[in-house]
Amino acid sequence: MIRFIAKRLGSGLVVLGVVSALTFFLLYISSGSIARNILGDQATAEQVAMKEHELGLDQPLVARYLAWVTDALSGNLGASWFSSEPVANSLASRIPVTMTMVFAAMILIAICAALIGVLAAVKRGWVDRVVQVGAIIGDSVPGFVIGVILVTLLAIQLGLFPATSTISPDSGPDAWVYSMALPVIALLINGVTGGAQQIRSAVIKQLERDYVRTLRSRGISEREILFKHVLRSAAPAGLTVLSLQLIGMLGGVVIIEQIFALPGMGPLAVAATGQSDLPVVMGVVMYTVVVVIVVNLLVDILNGWLNPKVRAS
Amino acid sequence: MSDSLETAAAAAPVPAASPVQSGTGQSGTVVRSTVIRRLFRNPLGIAAIAILTVIAVLAILAPVLAPFDQNYANIAKTLAAPDSVNILGTDSAGRDVWSRLLFGAQLTLLSALLCAGVAIAIGLPAGLIAGYYAGKFEAASNWVVGILMSLPGLIVLLTIRAAFGPSVWMSMIAFGVLISPSYFRLTRTAVQSVRNELYVDAARVSGLSDLSIIARHIFSVVRAPIIIQTAAIAGVAIAIQSGLEFLGLGDPTKATWGVMLSEGFKNVYLNPTLLFWPALAMALTIGGLVLLGNALRDALEDGEKINHRKKKAAPEGTTAAPAAVRTSRKPVATVVAGTEHHLVKVTNLGVGYPQADGSIKKVVDDVSFHVDRGEILGIVGESGSGKSQTAFSILGLLPDNARIVGGSIQFDGNYTVAPGDERVSQERLSKLRGKRISYIPQEPMSNLDPAFTIGYQLVTPMVRVLGISKAEARKRALKLLTDVGIANPDRTFNAYPHEVSGGMAQRVLIAGAISCEPDLVIADEPTTALDVTVQADVLDLLRELQQRLNIGVILVTHNFGVVADLCDRVAVMQNGRLVEEGSVRDILRNPQEPYTQTLLASMLEGKEPMSTLVSTLQKEPVA
Repeated sequence: MIRFIAKRLGSGLVVLGVVSALTFFLLYISSGSIARNILGDQATAEQVAMKEHELGLDQPLVARYLAWVTDALSGNLGASWFSSEPVANSLASRIPVTMTMVFAAMILIAICAALIGVLAAVKRGWVDRVVQVGAIIGDSVPGFVIGVILVTLLAIQLGLFPATSTISPDSGPDAWVYSMALPVIALLINGVTGGAQQIRSAVIKQLERDYVRTLRSRGISEREILFKHVLRSAAPAGLTVLSLQLIGMLGGVVIIEQIFALPGMGPLAVAATGQSDLPVVMGVVMYTVVVVIVVNLLVDILNGWLNPKVRAS
Repeated sequence: MSDSLETAAAAAPVPAASPVQSGTGQSGTVVRSTVIRRLFRNPLGIAAIAILTVIAVLAILAPVLAPFDQNYANIAKTLAAPDSVNILGTDSAGRDVWSRLLFGAQLTLLSALLCAGVAIAIGLPAGLIAGYYAGKFEAASNWVVGILMSLPGLIVLLTIRAAFGPSVWMSMIAFGVLISPSYFRLTRTAVQSVRNELYVDAARVSGLSDLSIIARHIFSVVRAPIIIQTAAIAGVAIAIQSGLEFLGLGDPTKATWGVMLSEGFKNVYLNPTLLFWPALAMALTIGGLVLLGNALRDALEDGEKINHRKKKAAPEGTTAAPAAVRTSRKPVATVVAGTEHHLVKVTNLGVGYPQADGSIKKVVDDVSFHVDRGEILGIVGESGSGKSQTAFSILGLLPDNARIVGGSIQFDGNYTVAPGDERVSQERLSKLRGKRISYIPQEPMSNLDPAFTIGYQLVTPMVRVLGISKAEARKRALKLLTDVGIANPDRTFNAYPHEVSGGMAQRVLIAGAISCEPDLVIADEPTTALDVTVQADVLDLLRELQQRLNIGVILVTHNFGVVADLCDRVAVMQNGRLVEEGSVRDILRNPQEPYTQTLLASMLEGKEPMSTLVSTLQKEPVA
């Protein structure tokens, strides 16, 4: 098991290296006009050249990447070109906001999607039809549109929730829940509809397996077959579904935070993208990739624990 | 969130699996035309096509239909309500909402097409090469796919925007690259499963080049799933593109639904209907694509089911391997006709499946037979003759949609299916299953749960059914494993199913079937999936256990050799009906029905029809 984890961790680090290099070269390959953009049209050629030197843009690309890696390994991700704030600091102050939201939504998705999906697979009938229709509707309306609709109806028209959710440090937990409820709901609706549908399929696939019939023939109760055998075999598929949802949510949360004016990664990423503030963009990508790698590693470990065959290979 | 790859990526394996089994190259066009006909019979399919056609026509005719240019702003008339000039009103800059919606449709559809085009251009050839030639290319592409799949789409598009500035086309090309793995995986899976099919081998032997094999045989297999996938991906592309525009990161000179939504959101307190139109346009377009994909998949799967059923109906008994015929056997027990009390008594049983058109398709019709303790009844017939369905009705393990359409089943004098019952009574059977009736399946490997050790799967039923302790059950399990001829019971006990051979797994399943000392064992083709040498051993084991424990056995098989070797009586089934029943000796010696004669003749292919039982039985066993 330890070897298995070490192997997965190793391949995760390789992915981190490859993605960081690709992103870096992609971002900086057209860096000719960066200094000009920052200084504006009035700047003289000397000023632009000075700025380029200051930002290290006159160095060869590979050297700059190596310098970035060296700094990054010591926790220094550079500073914003516009606000001069260290990227690591901006990330540190914003990651908690985004991550609490993502994990709150994810836990709720996991619970709701698993309950509804399993129920639909076992009971079929009307529950199943509701899940199918729900999945089509969920697929048809993008998450950010759902967010916009929720704000308009529940917050602006009916006044049930605050339209923008700014959390002050001294507000209590109930105020926090109140102000975060709407963004989290907006974030999780698509996840629940899609997840329930996919978990349903995974469970049905297992229920139709030959060994389930044999277990029934041996006098094992339906309950035990479902909870001990079927759900265990369906769990890897379910975990994969949920991990893909979490990865997708890292993108979706950017728009949701923008809609609800939340001080998370979203506004930082959008502002940095609009201004081509490359060190910040680079930092956002790195944070995303690290989260993805950690999530995938956790899923791999859980799958290895669930399935003896995976563990062996 | 819809901007992620998950919807499209997760959709990929589903259609990928479906064409594979039905993948008969020469019927490609036939299959497709029926799929399209089925699509048009599905109301949701028609609705989806209608919606998408309307939107596409509006988008194409946008320059003609739109009364204003997308950026024409009448500053004197901002946030106006609908009137005869601006039929949907104007936005905060005084631009015509209807015109902007039309131009937005144009851009939206074009960008979805571009994205899908790029993804196909990369994913399809890569998938074909990886699937057909495998090797290093496949390993490398799998690695790249792993990376692409693990990146959230929106974050990548933000990066592209930061590097290359605001361009719809640039971001859609990038997203096409990012989402190409879904085509890659779909194509590779389909090609891999077709690659080793006989007809592709035949094409290769007949000298066709790889290129023409791919073009002719493999293309026809992946075509339909690719259309389904494209519908899904176009939807995801529209969602993510609109998301980017909504964030204000798109090209400011272009009217798009995302920009309009963001405009409406900014003015939500002043004129919330500005939100409504772009949201509706998006939901209709993406919804249309989703419905189209679903309807296509349904159409394809229906066709698949029909194909599958046709295949099943084809006689397979004719090519069956000759069975191990023993030289010695016990004389057939004489069966007293009209005995009132049988272990199992099946009377006029009918089993059917409701069809889409409301009718019921009968798979078992008016079947009657009985089995007593200590005898082995063989049920013989080709695939699709209803023999397994009959066996599963006795076990109460028919699929959920099966209906009992007539007759009754009694076990030891009590009804498990009373006359008039629509379904097998699970309440009554759950008390019998495992304890008094048990089951030996056909395919040993798929009938053990891969996640549990063999020991666990033997011990648990004994603990549950017999109410003995785990330690006691473990002792009995080890004894059973020895009894079924496993040399090292401790090792097998602790092994996972994937660690043992097929023959050993079948012995484990037989051990499981007799573990709770049943009165009746139903064996469904217990040797079909095994090597010929192992078959003989397993049959010996079955006979030995049956005699020692004095149990009744129903042996479902397509193989008369097995019947001759093992059974006391035999029932012959064809197309769901019982055509002949009697003692093995009588039927082998003197078959009355032409169908039985055909089955017997096909078993002894090329040989003289036997005149006496003895002459056959004296032949050397094949094994």
